[in-house]
Amino acid sequence: MPATATRAAFGKALAAIGAKCPNVVALDADLAKSTKSELFAAQFPERFFEMGIAEANMVATAAGLALAGKIPFACSFACFLTGQFAEIRISVAYSEAPVRLVGTHAGVAIGEDGHSQMGLEDIALMRTLPGMTVLQPADDIETTQMVEHLATHTDGPAYLRLTRQNVERVHADDYRWVPGRLDTLRDGGDVAIIASGGPVKAALDAAEALASEDVSARVVNCHTIKPLDADALERIARKCGRIVTVEDHTVIGGLGGAVCEALADRFPVPVRRLGIQDVFGESGSPSDLIAKHGLDAEGIAQSIRAFMKATSAV
Amino acid sequence: MPPSDLSELRAICRDLRADIIEMLCLAGSGHPGGSLSAVEIMVSLFWGALRHDPANPEWLERDRLVLSKGHGCPALYAAMARRGYFPREELWNLRKTGAMLQGHPVRSFTPGVEACTGALGQGLGVAQGMALAAKIDHAPWRVWCILGDGEIQEGSIWEAAMSAGKYRVDNLVAILDCNGGQIDGSTAEVMDLEPVLDKWRAFNWNVIDVADGHDLEALLSAIGDAIDTRGKPTLIVARTVKGKGVSFMEHPCKWHGVAPTREEADRALAEIRGGGGA
Repeated sequence: MPATATRAAFGKALAAIGAKCPNVVALDADLAKSTKSELFAAQFPERFFEMGIAEANMVATAAGLALAGKIPFACSFACFLTGQFAEIRISVAYSEAPVRLVGTHAGVAIGEDGHSQMGLEDIALMRTLPGMTVLQPADDIETTQMVEHLATHTDGPAYLRLTRQNVERVHADDYRWVPGRLDTLRDGGDVAIIASGGPVKAALDAAEALASEDVSARVVNCHTIKPLDADALERIARKCGRIVTVEDHTVIGGLGGAVCEALADRFPVPVRRLGIQDVFGESGSPSDLIAKHGLDAEGIAQSIRAFMKATSAV
Repeated sequence: MPPSDLSELRAICRDLRADIIEMLCLAGSGHPGGSLSAVEIMVSLFWGALRHDPANPEWLERDRLVLSKGHGCPALYAAMARRGYFPREELWNLRKTGAMLQGHPVRSFTPGVEACTGALGQGLGVAQGMALAAKIDHAPWRVWCILGDGEIQEGSIWEAAMSAGKYRVDNLVAILDCNGGQIDGSTAEVMDLEPVLDKWRAFNWNVIDVADGHDLEALLSAIGDAIDTRGKPTLIVARTVKGKGVSFMEHPCKWHGVAPTREEADRALAEIRGGGGA
């Protein structure tokens, strides 16, 4: 299976859509080489704005471009975008400016650079803003279709969360991404793993390992965290009776938080939230950090075994 | 501009001041000081250089006006009502539940309001983005941004100042309502801005100092110079008086965010109405 960083797929897709969509523009804050917006910049220099290390102004400028009819993709590390929440809250969200905020370097999987560069709270913050769409692709195929969608649908602001690290493909070539709909990757009836972003492949591998132990785990890719597909989530909760969420993000307010909120309203079932458990990140190799936080296949499988035991005893 | 036109504009300034006092009195809250200081700036735009069509606020080729100092919106609303964006009666619902005129400008509530402002420091970046959009399209419209002097204490203003200089956004004109006051005291006490002209020049802006920001002729002339400037964004520093036009409100900070009582409003209205030319 080919493995690609979703930021790389984003850069390629944005450069490709640029020719078809003359209103698409891009901004970066001295990280174009890392966010991969450099690919767009190279092809469309007159539509690319290098704003320097000044993210607040980048976000406000993107809002102005959007309000004047452009479709701006404003790119930085996820953690540096959330640092500009004041601009995102008023100039983007409240002004209903169709800015596309692109936050790369999501999660502890960025590794050695450590906590200050890790996007760990971005989903939680973005999710609180009325009208903000929050997207997180699981692989390059999904990323490409999200970028095409964001470049051609301008009904509101959106946040796109991307990985630094390569992720293995979880979709077939003919996959059609449907915005706002949960994407079931594997059937199963004992427990449903709702995963998003980088750890989706690990969730699939965990389900495979559990299958040999007679645990039937459904795997669902939640690419649209807001608006959340609450109807499908309720159906899954009714069918499986147990939910495990998996994300490389704080479990507070992220995918786990979103799922629990929806289930509390609809059909409460036992939930385990796997992710970053209210702690800071740190330096280390990506694989070490992912394992440390229990987000590799083995860690996910272990958590599910314990969850099954805790919820099966009568 | 012939003197007769100027005296007409001065009469409009008096009307706007009266509307500001009345709407704030009826609202029971709001910001008189920084609204009254911006009246001549509003009039020099809405009855001067601004290319706009109140009947068609979505006109693509219109100039954009971003009131970055959003708390000064009573001045904006008064001007917009007089130009026909909405019925003048809306002014008397300012800040009331369900009203078209929110406490700070909101795009989705009020036709002709271009951006949500009120969180200070954001409007210059937004205005710059609009101006860059016009540049990409080689469109003739320009962007006007009204800043407060206390507001430029925000770091994001200087980020925008830097990038507008870099991108030579000469279709962007910012007007600094330099009224010398903010909530906690005078700008000199709270966080001194001087030498403000040198600072903006150092960021590669064309800077025009208007010693009396209530002198319509001087403002209109500065705006004309700004329009003629190529290769640089322009900042017009309008030295104004906070609370201008109402003797007991002319103070750097006392009347920043307090609405007049009925009695105070009546006194203010009598002064404004009796004020004659000047």
